Amino acid sequence: MSGFLTIALIGLVFVIIYQIAKASEYATILRGEEKINNRVNRTMAWLLVAFFVLGMWGIWKCHTLLADKMLPVSASVQGEAYDTMFNVTLLVTGIVFFITQTVLFWFAFRYQSTGKRTAFFYAHNNKLELIWTTIPAIAMASLVAVGLRNWMSMTAEAPKDAAIVEVIGKQFNWLIRYPGKDGVLGKRDFRKINDADNVLGLDWNDKDNMDDIIAQNGELHIVVNKPVKLIIGSRDVIHDVGLAHFRMKMDAVPGIVTTMWFTPKVTTAQMKEITGNPNFVYEISCDQMCGKGHYSMRGTIVVETEAEHQQWLAKQQSYYAANNAAPAAAPATEAAPEQKTDSVKAITMK
Amino acid sequence: MSNPVIIDGPNLAHGHHVDDAHHAHEHHEQHFITKYIFSMDHKIIGKQFLITGIIWAIIGALFSVFFRLQLGFPNETFPIMEKFLGEWAKGGKLSPEFYYALVTMHGTILVFFVLTAGLSGTFANLLIPLQVGARDMASPFMNMLSYWFFFISSVFMFVSLFVQTGPASGGWTTYPPLSALKEASLGSGIGMDLWLISMALFVVSSLLGGLNYISTILNMRTKGMTMTRMPLTIWALLFTAVLGVLSFPVLLSGFVLLIFDRNFGTSFYLSEIFIGGKALPHIGGSAILYQHLFWFLGHPEVYIIMLPGMGMASEVLSTYSRKPIFGYFAMIISLIGITVLAFLVWAHHMFVTGMSPFLGSIFVLLTLLIAVPSAVKVFNWLTTIWRGNIRFTVPMMFALGFVSLFISGGLTGIFLGNSALDIHLHDTYFVVAHFHIIMGISAFFGMFAGIYHWFPKMFGRFMNNTLGYIHFFLTFAGAYLIFWPMHYEGIAGMPRRYYDYSAWESFKQFDSLNGFISVCAIIVFFAQLLFVVNFFVSIFRGRKVMVQNPWGSPTLEWTTPIRPGHGNWEGEIPEVHRWPYDYKDDGNGNDFIPQTVPLRPGEEAH
Repeated sequence: MSGFLTIALIGLVFVIIYQIAKASEYATILRGEEKINNRVNRTMAWLLVAFFVLGMWGIWKCHTLLADKMLPVSASVQGEAYDTMFNVTLLVTGIVFFITQTVLFWFAFRYQSTGKRTAFFYAHNNKLELIWTTIPAIAMASLVAVGLRNWMSMTAEAPKDAAIVEVIGKQFNWLIRYPGKDGVLGKRDFRKINDADNVLGLDWNDKDNMDDIIAQNGELHIVVNKPVKLIIGSRDVIHDVGLAHFRMKMDAVPGIVTTMWFTPKVTTAQMKEITGNPNFVYEISCDQMCGKGHYSMRGTIVVETEAEHQQWLAKQQSYYAANNAAPAAAPATEAAPEQKTDSVKAITMK
Repeated sequence: MSNPVIIDGPNLAHGHHVDDAHHAHEHHEQHFITKYIFSMDHKIIGKQFLITGIIWAIIGALFSVFFRLQLGFPNETFPIMEKFLGEWAKGGKLSPEFYYALVTMHGTILVFFVLTAGLSGTFANLLIPLQVGARDMASPFMNMLSYWFFFISSVFMFVSLFVQTGPASGGWTTYPPLSALKEASLGSGIGMDLWLISMALFVVSSLLGGLNYISTILNMRTKGMTMTRMPLTIWALLFTAVLGVLSFPVLLSGFVLLIFDRNFGTSFYLSEIFIGGKALPHIGGSAILYQHLFWFLGHPEVYIIMLPGMGMASEVLSTYSRKPIFGYFAMIISLIGITVLAFLVWAHHMFVTGMSPFLGSIFVLLTLLIAVPSAVKVFNWLTTIWRGNIRFTVPMMFALGFVSLFISGGLTGIFLGNSALDIHLHDTYFVVAHFHIIMGISAFFGMFAGIYHWFPKMFGRFMNNTLGYIHFFLTFAGAYLIFWPMHYEGIAGMPRRYYDYSAWESFKQFDSLNGFISVCAIIVFFAQLLFVVNFFVSIFRGRKVMVQNPWGSPTLEWTTPIRPGHGNWEGEIPEVHRWPYDYKDDGNGNDFIPQTVPLRPGEEAH
């Protein structure tokens, strides 16, 4: 019932607005179109000015309201360059924005038709065109230069001493694999995946897998000030490892290995102090639509000191051990790697 | 023809009455069905595209109201939604599956059905023959087919809304494997098949239309209408059609491969997938291949949406400033620049897919290059209104709004086109804000400017001005109120396409802002209904057009009768003697000289 009432009410409002609009049109015709048109023109010019002033006030207001809800300082070294570049771009585009919008609304107001004005016939000026082709071109070239310098450095090969962690997306959570003591991630094969005791399809013929640790709670532990390289993959559809606090992002694509590295520089504990939020946590958000649970595909990152990390690591059990209470006779002694082509092996380490 | 107005241009041949009578006779006998349904008259086809587009726009916008309710008020229930959506909104709360379906359909409908078919379908059909001086399109029959393919495509898309597993729900980009595997999501079932069929038909419609537009512009211009005497609307529509003809087939090929992967066991896009408890046999495909094929259309598509608006805004700004468009040739060259670059930047949508960073850097360079022709256009528009004699009619308001939004939305593109910034902003609300302002709202403003401006030509009546002004200010203010704050959310890293943010420590602080945005979106939705009412009522009840050229515009469409019949001109098609922007004193107290007036002795051509 209330639904119908609402719809009826909306309909009524429409009818009223329409009737008023219609009446004002008749009034225009009765009172002489020319005169009314001039008045409407003046009103519209002032309304545009009002819009501009209110708009500028709104921009400032919006900024003051939202400024303290933004991200804290970059938690990664690479993010610092990002923030600087962002601010430079913001400055350049901001200046252009304010100048062009001001000019637009100013011209509209200044050159409104008054009934007496005649327009100035001005069809072209090649010098002007040349100026406003060259200046944006130079501005763009410099932004490209800064951008490419940063892009090259953040996509360059990770430093040799970088820690290696594998992050695998699946509907709808993250699986994290650490290489264990040997520092090497063993081979895995999607055909060996089994949700009961081999979530990543580790190839038990590869003894590099024996000490690999898998965290199924999506909690990634990394060491502050030590570069970390993420080996990213997906079990099913495309996901994306989004690390807003580190200003980083990379897709997880089935069948392809992608990588991303960065150097965290603020521990979780420090960030709690910086933000004044005792519940602060670094989050991994899935940024590529992956199905109905996309919005809940959340992982977390703990940035800790080396000592804390070792302590945490000591408590972890290898995935093999966790799933095979009594270590079976190792089947891995003389294993022929049968699926060489399909299995994912991070060759970059060692 | 029923309308008694006779063309009285001084340069018109006065004979050919026999011809007239013949024409008139022929069209009186037309049946309702051949005249309004299976019509081959470009003007009627244009109106068919427009009205179908408006219906789709209402559906697409209504969907955004539904999912904005969820986004703005994730803890509330809205029993009224259950009335509309039934099972999908049990108890008044959207299910996540259907939330994604709504998001997907909102994008698909608005991008393809409204801003491609509804926009260039309408105005290319209406304006090309009228403005270049042709009686109809090169092939009126193909033109009719173009509409009917679009209609069938619409039917398939509409049907997909009602299937049990819901319509496609993998985002309007429908990336595989999500869209390829039925196990991956409910919407990847029959809904996705219908989506693909619909889109394939849509491509056919778009190609039939586009080829026709190009050949009409190139071959059917009236005497004297050289390419450089064409209005900028026609230039813009020409390049729009070129973009469509060259890029839609690539999209179709991408869809065909997807259909194969879905139904015939091929592995073009699929490799090493474990889903639904089992490993699939697919090996060796590349999910990234689809993205290349998709964005090879997807990016030109952005310009397919933008260019008609640019052309119409140019025309409207010039008309109501009573001044020629500034830098006519620069405008054409920048259109060419945009068209060429449009094909060379597609991979900027894929910086973080794991594509080679070196390749990425080339796309950064080419992408930011587009800023140059875009900037040229903005400066030319600004100079066009400088020292003009501006009449703030409703179309002029929308054209000014178009420029404002084009600047705002264009500048944020500079952030996203630079891969080193995109790496953080990609797939956040910053992207949502950027493309909604530029190819959503700004393109719509171009379209509204066109509708209000050419409505008298389409229906022989005016739309209501007061409603038009209300519509303008509500939409203009609403657009900024909705999308400006979204930039902040995006800079804070808030991902797009989330159903609920309340579990996220990093993004939940925006919940009241999301509520505010939703309220604005709903108000703007109702403001659009005001336009719809105005549009349909004015067709039958609007103030009648009494003069042939109500806006004082020099272009050819205003030399036709007030309600032109099929064939457009009674008698001979007028000859063109000058460029379309001669806003100068004609010696008789008019501030413009129609294109059909010969140059006066000693007068220089533009």
